[in-house]
Amino acid sequence: MRVGVLAVQGAFARHGAALAELGAEPCFVRTPADLAGVRALVMPGGESTAMSRLLLTSGLFDAVQERLDAGMPVFGTCAGMILLAGEVLDGRPDQRSFAAIDLTVRRNGYGRQVDSFEQDLTVAGLDSPFHAVFIRAPVVIRVGPQAEVLAEHEGVPVLVRQGGVTVASFHPELTEDHRLHAQFLQEVG
Amino acid sequence: MTQDPSGTKQTGTIAVKRGLAEMLKGGVIMDVVTPEHAKIAEDSGAVAVMALERVPADIRVQGGVARMSDPDMIEGIKAVVSIPVMAKARIGHFVEAQILQALGVDYIDESEVLTPADEAHHIDKFAFTVPFVCGATNLGEALRRISEGACLIRSKGEAGTGNIVEAVRHLRSIIGDIRRITQADAAELFDWAKKLQAPLPLVQEIAETGWLQVPLFCAGGIATPADAALAMQLGAESVFVGSGIFKSGEPEKRAKAIVEATTHFRDADILAKVSRGLGEPMTGIGMDQIVTKLADRGW
Repeated sequence: MRVGVLAVQGAFARHGAALAELGAEPCFVRTPADLAGVRALVMPGGESTAMSRLLLTSGLFDAVQERLDAGMPVFGTCAGMILLAGEVLDGRPDQRSFAAIDLTVRRNGYGRQVDSFEQDLTVAGLDSPFHAVFIRAPVVIRVGPQAEVLAEHEGVPVLVRQGGVTVASFHPELTEDHRLHAQFLQEVG
Repeated sequence: MTQDPSGTKQTGTIAVKRGLAEMLKGGVIMDVVTPEHAKIAEDSGAVAVMALERVPADIRVQGGVARMSDPDMIEGIKAVVSIPVMAKARIGHFVEAQILQALGVDYIDESEVLTPADEAHHIDKFAFTVPFVCGATNLGEALRRISEGACLIRSKGEAGTGNIVEAVRHLRSIIGDIRRITQADAAELFDWAKKLQAPLPLVQEIAETGWLQVPLFCAGGIATPADAALAMQLGAESVFVGSGIFKSGEPEKRAKAIVEATTHFRDADILAKVSRGLGEPMTGIGMDQIVTKLADRGW
């Protein structure tokens, strides 16, 4: 199965490696043409302001929005969560997001790099804890009524799903545990 | 939803420090000396800024001892951008690094661009919560820095020259030796470790994985979008641009073009498009005119 990984900037290579290990065919997406034949899309961590800019200059923004509106499944991590959220606080005024999930997030809500951390999480649907790495992570401020919280950290949602859209404020691509990628591929079918 | 009670929260781990370097991949980190520069850098799509008092081209011209920047200047830059802020400490000057960590910078560059403070030792980077990037001219140097705790390696190139030739030499040397090590048998790896003056386990890990344990970025001499794409095609995973942007005629245009070139580094049509009408590039210096080679600093 061909799964796109948004590759304008960020940790796209690690997502690609995780997907390939699970038997999917990752395809790096930098231009609208790269989206053709892609069944689902992963939006990696990275710098959301730079990614937003590069999505616009490459013409990818509208192309991705069209596919998302048509129901393409998507998995966004960290910056990917910011790009998919309905409302972004502490973003740049020119920063765009796809509003694919009813969520309010605050950029860098967990603080600067010295505050970045790792910790085990209990995740709905997984029978043992998932080790999560948070890096200058966005914090979820509000979850819409249609969205389902799959994991929390200190009472704050960190893994949320709404229909075909799954977002995490941490980085499952940075560990060898690919269960969340596997779950995503299973949902894509 | 309950939280797993056994997992304790940990900061400053290798995973967290190397993780931020992963997030910077495919991006451009820009040297800035004022909050105005920092704004332009963020507006142009930089993934991080390097706050310093003088760009390398000016350090070269003005001479004297180059040190860590004034904390006020670093705070001023932190205040105006939301992307990560890096700052430079002198080689071996662990107190400058302690100060930068206290200021909350996101990455420290233990940099040959500043005047070294110690002629034998680099900073013990494991002692810090903040991650470090270090320069290297060859694989041995890169592995020694990783063994001291560096979480990101960049080519040194020759900072402040606008001349890509040294960065190309360093990238080819590092990546070429990585390729050769993947072809070596177990016995030859001992000899590689000896030749590189690097810890054997790090050499063995390269033989197994085919890459460094941390990301490899390019720095030193990038002045055009084509330079950035050249570094990326050679195998660098991101680029640092120092004097090349703010010593050029139209910094904002050039910064945006270098950002696009770094993303679309294999797409010659996009590279041709973004290379147009950028105004004057920085003049640059030939290697035969160099008096002080910054890349020779570091041990």
